Amino acid sequence: MNATSLRFVEEVTLHKLSHFLPAQNPLKDFVHHNTLHAFQDKDFFTALQESSEIFGYKTFLPLSDFRNKLKNNEINSEVLYKIIYQKKGEDHFSEWKDFVLHKDYDEAIHPKIGKLRNLWKEKYAINLDKSTHSLLFRLLCSYLDQGISVWNFPIHKDGFLASIKELEKNGVFSIFSTSRAKTLLENNASIYKLLEILVGDGLYFENYLFDQQFSHPGWSGMVSTLENNPTSLLDERKITLKELITFELLLEIDTLDNKFGENWEPLITKINFDAENLFSQSPYSENIEVLSIWQEAFEWTFYNQALSGLQQQKTSLNKLDITPRFQGLFCMDDRECSFRRHIEYLEPNAKTFGTAAFFNFEFFYQPINGKFFTKLCPAPVTPKYLIKELPRKKKRAKDFHYNKKSHSLLFGWLISQTLGYTSAFKLFLNIFKPSMSPATSSSFKHLNKKSQLVIENTDANEQQDGLQIGFSVEEMAIRVENILKSIGLVENFAPIVYVVGHGATSVNNTHFAGYDCGACSGRPSSVNAKVLSFAANHEKVRKILAEKGVCIPNETQFLPALHDTTRDEIVFYDESLLSEKNKLHHAKNSEIFISALDNNAKERSRRFDTINSKESLTKVHEKIKNRSVSLFEPRPELNHATNAMCIVGRRSVSEHLFLDRRSFMNSFDYQIDPKGDYLAGILNAVAPVGGGINLEYYFSRVDNHKLGAGSKLPHNVMGLIGVANGIDGDLRPGLPSQMIEVHDPLRLLIVVEHFPEIVKYAITKVPATYEWFINNWVNLVALHPETKELFRFVNGEFEMYNPIPFDIKTINNSLEYAITSSENLNITLIK
Amino acid sequence: MTNEFLLVFIIIPVLGFLISFFIPEKKESWLSWTAFTTVFLQLIVLCVFIFYWIINGSKDMNLFELSIVKTNDFDFFIDFYFDKVTAVYLFIGALLTSMITTYSRYYLHREKGYKRFFMTVLFFFLGYNLAILAGNFETLFIGWEIIGISSFLLIGFYRERYLPVKNAFKVFSIYRIGDVGIILAMWASHHLFHENITFIRLHNYELVNEHLQNHTLIGSFIALCLACAAAVKSAQVPFSSWLPRAMEGPTPSSAIFYGSLSVHLGAFLILRTMPFWEHQTSMRIAIGVMGFTTSIVTTLIARVQSSVKSQIAYSSISQIGLIFIEIALGFETLALIHIAGNTFLRTYQLLVSPSVVSYLIREQFYNFIPKETQKSIFSKKLENALYILSLNEFHLEKIIKIFLWNPLHTIGNKLNFLNLKKLFLLFLSTYIVGIITLYFKNEIPTIIINYLPELFATIGLVFVFKAFIERKSPFMAWLLIVFNHFWIVLAILFNEKVSYYEISLYIVGIIIAGIIGYLALLKLKSMEKRILLNQHSGHVYEHPKFAFFFLLAALGVTGFPITSTFIGEDLLFSHIESHQIILAFLVASSFVVSGIAGVRIYTRLFLGTHIKTYHELPYKSS
Repeated sequence: MNATSLRFVEEVTLHKLSHFLPAQNPLKDFVHHNTLHAFQDKDFFTALQESSEIFGYKTFLPLSDFRNKLKNNEINSEVLYKIIYQKKGEDHFSEWKDFVLHKDYDEAIHPKIGKLRNLWKEKYAINLDKSTHSLLFRLLCSYLDQGISVWNFPIHKDGFLASIKELEKNGVFSIFSTSRAKTLLENNASIYKLLEILVGDGLYFENYLFDQQFSHPGWSGMVSTLENNPTSLLDERKITLKELITFELLLEIDTLDNKFGENWEPLITKINFDAENLFSQSPYSENIEVLSIWQEAFEWTFYNQALSGLQQQKTSLNKLDITPRFQGLFCMDDRECSFRRHIEYLEPNAKTFGTAAFFNFEFFYQPINGKFFTKLCPAPVTPKYLIKELPRKKKRAKDFHYNKKSHSLLFGWLISQTLGYTSAFKLFLNIFKPSMSPATSSSFKHLNKKSQLVIENTDANEQQDGLQIGFSVEEMAIRVENILKSIGLVENFAPIVYVVGHGATSVNNTHFAGYDCGACSGRPSSVNAKVLSFAANHEKVRKILAEKGVCIPNETQFLPALHDTTRDEIVFYDESLLSEKNKLHHAKNSEIFISALDNNAKERSRRFDTINSKESLTKVHEKIKNRSVSLFEPRPELNHATNAMCIVGRRSVSEHLFLDRRSFMNSFDYQIDPKGDYLAGILNAVAPVGGGINLEYYFSRVDNHKLGAGSKLPHNVMGLIGVANGIDGDLRPGLPSQMIEVHDPLRLLIVVEHFPEIVKYAITKVPATYEWFINNWVNLVALHPETKELFRFVNGEFEMYNPIPFDIKTINNSLEYAITSSENLNITLIK
Repeated sequence: MTNEFLLVFIIIPVLGFLISFFIPEKKESWLSWTAFTTVFLQLIVLCVFIFYWIINGSKDMNLFELSIVKTNDFDFFIDFYFDKVTAVYLFIGALLTSMITTYSRYYLHREKGYKRFFMTVLFFFLGYNLAILAGNFETLFIGWEIIGISSFLLIGFYRERYLPVKNAFKVFSIYRIGDVGIILAMWASHHLFHENITFIRLHNYELVNEHLQNHTLIGSFIALCLACAAAVKSAQVPFSSWLPRAMEGPTPSSAIFYGSLSVHLGAFLILRTMPFWEHQTSMRIAIGVMGFTTSIVTTLIARVQSSVKSQIAYSSISQIGLIFIEIALGFETLALIHIAGNTFLRTYQLLVSPSVVSYLIREQFYNFIPKETQKSIFSKKLENALYILSLNEFHLEKIIKIFLWNPLHTIGNKLNFLNLKKLFLLFLSTYIVGIITLYFKNEIPTIIINYLPELFATIGLVFVFKAFIERKSPFMAWLLIVFNHFWIVLAILFNEKVSYYEISLYIVGIIIAGIIGYLALLKLKSMEKRILLNQHSGHVYEHPKFAFFFLLAALGVTGFPITSTFIGEDLLFSHIESHQIILAFLVASSFVVSGIAGVRIYTRLFLGTHIKTYHELPYKSS
């Protein structure tokens, strides 16, 4: 190993660290992302192996699980053998078959991380974590706290360290127990200097910092995220990873000084420790290859079904001359998959479309009396626009049980003797008759039915905090044109086009933001629906659209709505703006929505053990609604659990398929986009959003301890920004076990309906997007729109894929089929 | 209405616990229904009972249930007592537990350890009812011990993670330390009243006063011991820091036990023994001062907490501090009202604690006012100093460590030269010398004889200290605990009046549990090759049933009320003379520390992060 390559450069190491640390935002802005984003420049399976060997993550299901799945037919043996055969050829087939099926492997993980810092225990018999973590976490949490503590961290002027210094100047008490650390802090000692004291040899500095920060990846990740994105805290705090490390090093010096005086030797003296590069290449592992084969077999068992289904289903004629009764734009979200199916089942003459539910309008939103702006578009985008709510009377329900005064001594004395008794009553009510409360996070509260918004901008100078208020007509027109063309809705407009956003309702749920629309940074997408409808209804916008070849008839009106995915309820906005004729249409249509929601609730209920799906529609729906307001319900809904694929194409490709709520669906018409530019736009969003959701579920499922948040039952809210176990624990990024327990860890299969060469053009357009495909973080298949042949993307090329013959059943009624089991169901054709 | 009826409130939880023991792990709904039915039935019966009791003039009731062991001057019996305090505490317990079991039925759905959870809750409920209904110290102590061990199990519910296990053990240890208070109070009250005093007799003012007048010192001693035990259980200063750390289990269990029931037990002990100390002004002042200090200190700590659960924990403690003041002032009824209100409020606040994220962020979104920090330099300095002090929890953790654990380590480390062989040699040789001196007792000068019991008890105590800090061999730690009991016996034998029956009552339980435990350790070693105490090994992951079995042995060897040793313990104590206060303290301490050391062996071997890494493992920091 070359020694100079390991020389410590602070900036480089810090940068590298923040790259590998978890990148989860504070709770209110929870957005799904690929947990192992730092390894995305590598092939998927290589990344799984390396991350496991470096950081000790468990990245596959256990071998025994896979073998059981084969026994239970969850993995198809034919698929498995085909994969072994393809990889190993005739010569090694039987040998590898034996490896895969029977050989025992030692699955123990011996991570490289932590080994160096562990020497403290061996050499000095001291547990630095035990002496520093609790205080470090408490200080960080108090500093970053967004409103739990009654008495806030006294000063924050120039950031974290400056505040600590200020705090230290009180003359009586100190955070440190010895003087050297305090002096070092006052003299702004550099990380390098501190490491010299602690570690000694520069060769080991980077390694040491990795060990140190990965002993509490939760807090380190939060600090690094906040450093890069300070606005995700409403009450902003300045903090950097550098400050955290400096302070932690000081605490360590303090601990050692306290125990041994100032004359202890640095860690690396007279010690023979092999300076193993954390990131050196992993050697070949047969165990990993066997696991990879199993993983692929598991995935392709499902993919093969889905692809056979797509090939076998009869596509109805794509150009109908009749105008549909109504059209609906929905989110591409997998949770809308069944809702759309039920609508189409109840009204065969309705058309539904899927798209990312920020509806191509990116902006900040400020509700009336709001002191801040809320971002309503995908997280990486920084909008230049502001949508404001017009003044209206507004009441916010309050609950005194959350009031901080109940924690003060004298007031608490009063409260406990008065409110204390009502809380017993409240608890009783909530257990036996749950209902909406001020603490419920409800999707409908996001946008009131009566709200008026400022959407149109007539004067570009009308600005607030550097944001333009509203969109100009031209800006609206471009956005409307793009969304309509990308989903393939350019003609045959129905009298009413519903624009349906989605959100969720839950209580006692710290991860509530993860339940809302991911395309709106974890908020319900009702405001976006309203903005798109306003723009598409705008006379001048329609004029411009007509020039671009999209003629929307005068009688067509866009109507915004919001679907609550937890409660299966819908609210429509601006119904009063409908024409008389459309009002009549709407009255009938809304009945279909309501029945479809009943059906949808029933279909969802099959996954919940505590609901008997065989009961009547209304009863089941009532129980589904109750879940969303019950304090004791850790699974108000199951979110994206079981997601496994994404279809980008016309609805006609999959409308007769029962996909079991496992598919994202983004509408796209290859005929309108022969070159593939709109497709590129769609894939630029689908890969990171769909893939991000999918991989976060994957990793939280395979290692719920290190990559997920563990069970949510013991979680404790820290400073309103994260959750931890108990009061001294590290933050727990990732998903709680209750969200992922029914999830099968499969990578996302993206099926694009277009010619392979066009698909290739679309994915290669943006390198960051291409990385997802070429490194196999998602799987890609092109569905030939004319011949229905399938082409699988392998090593940068499309190869013909012939599904293993699979007998797909045909069912009459998807709902009846669905409630037969609470497990994953086979994909079927619907008559 | 007969006094026998009180038994119902013990029988119901016992039955519930036993039934749930036989329900298979997978039958979630059976388990939760058993738990709910048990507690709900208790609630209904209790309500009806209290109603009739009030109609009938709410007279105090006492039930002498069962005499277990009776010797010439000693009677170990179970006794129940019912008065206003009992009524309130029983009602709060049944009401909250019934709501929590319903709540947990859904909340814990599909959680690993569903059965374990409900059984532990029922076990806790049993211990709670036993302690509340207790009519004498012995009965109370049984309940007290059950509460201690079930707390350990509930806090360490997530036994594969490091922090819950560490904190469960920490809380258990602190609880045990509090038990020294009760054991000594029991011992001293035997000598004060020359009988196994019941609580109802404490209401006899003449009786209490007559005894107290002659022995003021013992009186104060008993009251002080009780106050200490109460301070520990109710997390009063300086013991406060265990309470927030107990919040490691599933939220409902934290809510009900550490938010409410468990932490108000200290106040119960004080209320229960009120007739005994209410005429000792100095004691009232002491309790009042303790309550006052606690409420001031913990309310400051509560103000700086930035995590929801620790905030609720500290504000609950500060209210309990006020409750202690109320009791010291003699406002019994006000205290009871306050207790009920505080339990309900904190339980509810903990249960809805995850909701604060959405609620408070919304509040912040609409009501945020940026802070201004313009203050005079002086008040700023003072504020910062107080802030740091509160953030460090007034160094309460450190104080406990310095005064309780460090001496233990220092003394225990003196025996580091021991290995198994040397231990056997040392024990056998010294013990034989001990027996010889016992045999030739009459030939040895009295001056020396007088010191021998203390000497032997000290050796025993040092043994358990060593067991407590042993970092390598579990066999060594185990034997040290067992041997300690032999030293205690030897120390007591110097007293003439001890009969072999009494000794055997005590030592047989220890020997049986000791042998079983030792064999279990051998078996574990044969399965796992290397078993060490220097870190948590988490073997429960592979051997859950075996772990449970070993836990029973560990409890047996440490005098938990599952063997005759528990009674023997009390018996031996009655032979310690009232002037041998040091001996009493030494023996009580070695009981307590041996309990801690025994549970530590279990904790280290079976709980915590698994040492095998073939499956998903949590971080040490979680």
